[in-house]
Amino acid sequence: MVESTRARSDEPQSDPRKTDALSAGPVPVGTPTLRSAFDEDHPPSAELISDCVHCGFCLPTCPTYTLWGEEMDSPRGRIDLMKAGLEGAPLSDTMVQHFDACLGCMACVTACPSGVQYDKLIEATRVQVERHHTRSPGDRAMRAAIFALFPYKKRLRALRGPLRAYQASGLPKVVRGSGLLDRLAPKLAAMEGLAPVLEKREKLPERVPAAGARRAVVGMLTGCVQGEFFPGVNAATARVLAAEGCDVIIPRKQGCCGALSVHNGRQEEAQSFARATIDAFESAGVDAVVVNAAGCGSSMKEYADILADDPDYAERATAFSRKVRDVSEFLAELGSVAPRHPLEVTVAYHDACHLGHAQGIRSQPRGLLREIPGLQLREIAEAEVCCGSAGIWNVLNPEPARELGDRKARNIAGTGAELLVTANPGCLMQVSSSLERQGTRIGLAHTIEVIDASIQGLPVTTLGPQH
Amino acid sequence: MSGTHGTQTTAGPVLGDTPPEATSATGEAGDNAAGIAAVGRVARALMPETGVIADPTQLRTYECDGLAHYRVTPALVVLPETTEQLAAVVRACSEHGVPFVARGSGTGLSGGALPRADGVLLVTSRMRTIREVRRADQRAIVEPGVINLDVTRAATPEGYYYAPDPSSQQICSIGGNLAENSGGAHCLKYGFTSNHVLGTELITPQGDVVQLGGLAPDSPGYDLLGTVVGSEGTLGIATTATVRLVRLPEEVRTLLVGFHTTDDAGAATSAIISAGVLPAAIEMMDALAIEAAEAAVHCNYPDGAGAVLVIELDGASAEVEHEYALVEQFCQQNGSFELRLATDATERALIWRGRKSAFAAVGRISPDYIVQDGVIPRTALPEVLRAIAELSSSSGVRVANVFHAGDGNLHPLVLFDGEKDGASEAAEQVSGAILDLCITHGGAITGEHGVGVDKAAYMPKMFTDDDLDTMQLVRCAFDPGNISNPGKIFPTPRLCGEVPGKRKKAHPLVEAGLADAF
Repeated sequence: MVESTRARSDEPQSDPRKTDALSAGPVPVGTPTLRSAFDEDHPPSAELISDCVHCGFCLPTCPTYTLWGEEMDSPRGRIDLMKAGLEGAPLSDTMVQHFDACLGCMACVTACPSGVQYDKLIEATRVQVERHHTRSPGDRAMRAAIFALFPYKKRLRALRGPLRAYQASGLPKVVRGSGLLDRLAPKLAAMEGLAPVLEKREKLPERVPAAGARRAVVGMLTGCVQGEFFPGVNAATARVLAAEGCDVIIPRKQGCCGALSVHNGRQEEAQSFARATIDAFESAGVDAVVVNAAGCGSSMKEYADILADDPDYAERATAFSRKVRDVSEFLAELGSVAPRHPLEVTVAYHDACHLGHAQGIRSQPRGLLREIPGLQLREIAEAEVCCGSAGIWNVLNPEPARELGDRKARNIAGTGAELLVTANPGCLMQVSSSLERQGTRIGLAHTIEVIDASIQGLPVTTLGPQH
Repeated sequence: MSGTHGTQTTAGPVLGDTPPEATSATGEAGDNAAGIAAVGRVARALMPETGVIADPTQLRTYECDGLAHYRVTPALVVLPETTEQLAAVVRACSEHGVPFVARGSGTGLSGGALPRADGVLLVTSRMRTIREVRRADQRAIVEPGVINLDVTRAATPEGYYYAPDPSSQQICSIGGNLAENSGGAHCLKYGFTSNHVLGTELITPQGDVVQLGGLAPDSPGYDLLGTVVGSEGTLGIATTATVRLVRLPEEVRTLLVGFHTTDDAGAATSAIISAGVLPAAIEMMDALAIEAAEAAVHCNYPDGAGAVLVIELDGASAEVEHEYALVEQFCQQNGSFELRLATDATERALIWRGRKSAFAAVGRISPDYIVQDGVIPRTALPEVLRAIAELSSSSGVRVANVFHAGDGNLHPLVLFDGEKDGASEAAEQVSGAILDLCITHGGAITGEHGVGVDKAAYMPKMFTDDDLDTMQLVRCAFDPGNISNPGKIFPTPRLCGEVPGKRKKAHPLVEAGLADAF
């Protein structure tokens, strides 16, 4: 049943223009009592909307269309809704529901032959939604909690102790077995199920010197979720960069890059995170800012747009964005010199949406993995469809996210690989909980951890928690 | 609908788009509100809440299919999941005289799934189960919302595929393919949808579920299946299709050949086919179309080519080897300056990507454009192409050409900027003149996109009143209530009780006792 996971709105909106809207004509420009969906401050661009020729090529790669088969939850349908908003239709709960349901995976941007910049359209729309739409109290509270927690390393760190204790206690099995949390608070249950088994934190110095001749000086973003939940990834990134001849600068005062805020229309918060990140790296004198989390890298490449209206930062943001590189992108450009030791393992590589679709980085990580002797790379069916993680989408929309995660997990299992490799902490958490539910035994690792193991000559068994 | 034709995309200004005036083809909003309400009640009783859409905001997203120029908001959208649900809704429509329009993925290019303002849009996107892949029978039984390419994906592990491959194969639905008798690049060798559908479960406009054809290659009696395939949703709604699966060829060779002119490329095409070589596909793109595809998908076609041919040979290796040598020879004899053979699946995909994205890619080089679809005998190709070029230079309207050269199916793309005064009208004139060229050269006004609402006005140019009246008799036999996608195909919809045509006496077929007016 396609119904099972449908995010429902409340009762259909009472719309005083209902009778008019049934007509063949355009929705009339709003009456004085109704405000139209968008204000004049950067609404979704009519020009970008007009690029859509309604061909439908975006539909099969859209996760929500795949789930529900409805136009309103497809990229071209959402563009129709934006157009309606520009023409004066109000920002109803129904309309917001369909914008909110978009995972922001950008698979449609890759699929679109007309070059529609849906990424820009949905981001502009989300800012308008945040500005003008009042959410239900429960939704508001959930979002407030998420944005009070995730972007802040210290708060995440404070959570580590209790989380580790909980994980060690055997309680998770009881909680999941009872299904009680699923019924009482599905969104909380989603968070519980997604939390990874925590590794020990490795403290990184502010500067990791290049091994051998210096080839580049790079800054490294440690991120919030990556840093606290997957500290091993940051340590591996620093080791690999150093092994490839990079001085790695890790500024202490860096914080969240603002990706979660950007992707949820929290404009001012995003801008302030962006400014702070630029401040943290600007004085470090680095050739490149290397990022190992796909969502973060994608947002940092957008800083020029995010701060375009800020006279103090616009130019600096443009210069900064030009320096941002995903770690696989950077290593591929640099070319490898550190010798690789064999890793006899079959790997399924999962394209994180914000790496593949948003940054167009697909061949580089595969190329780096293929450099490892003995490693066999396998492709996952439906690679272009999102795993359902999508930042905080899986927390806000637990049921459909679970369906997408399970679908991805089936395709991963279908490869028969021993190790799943991807480049985003969100994907790792999402996919691992689906794999666990499905009972698939497979190791999980970030691309850079695999390269690190190969350079260090470590055995495959050191890679990722085995399920 | 007056005189507009071709697939005009609504790039250009968004605000102020004017939908077509309510006409007999689109219905009047608010008509038969009681009937619509009754159908809604039936649907809601059978389906989950999200299966029935009446919210005006949501309805807007169903205003058009792949032909965005025509927009009509349906009174109600229903998304059934089973044949039973769909049949019950159709029965309710029949009972209350409510017109309905079936829609699959909404990618059609002739407005065949343009909704009715006074009707129900029946969307099959949730009926997407591949029920059976019968390897030994070389058949698959699929629901109408199943995506064309998914049939191939399901059959490939068994060594088979589904041959008709419209450019939109990654998203177009089998139900839509059946309604439009869709073709594709490979129909040169393998034929259209009608050659690959062996049976269908059909809901008649009265809501009865009937089976036409089946697993066997032919059924006795009238070829009702043949009548239904390509009927553009006017004779009922298919709820399953039994399709033929074709064995995957032992070898496939995809070539990209660069020519200086379309004349050279056309001559090479004719030489290949008249020598008895039947490639799976021969596609042509001219310089403008190449420019667009390059801008969109960076397909790396030969520099400076005035035309390229994409030629695909498939079959047994020995046969492909032999044909390849001939094709190479004919291309060289006709002035090709570069011939590339795809060495792996990635290169083959890139060659095809350039071709398959071409329509939408034209949006990169022109703010607005019309996708035309016409067909001519292949031998008329050079002459018609020259005439199109003359039309273009005399009118100053740019025309890009993308087409199935092997079977003479033209897709001229008429470029214009809707912001400029008179540009839209000039483009429409050129687009219409191209159809006239097709007719005068022994061709037809549509090769594969269908008539829909878009070309209904052109039907009288191709057919006499008697021809059209005869078609109406067929239609009325299936749909006496005129509720199944009314307003499509025929220029002036007529109720079945009316005497067809302007004449006063009976239709000649009726007079001769060969047909009956319903």
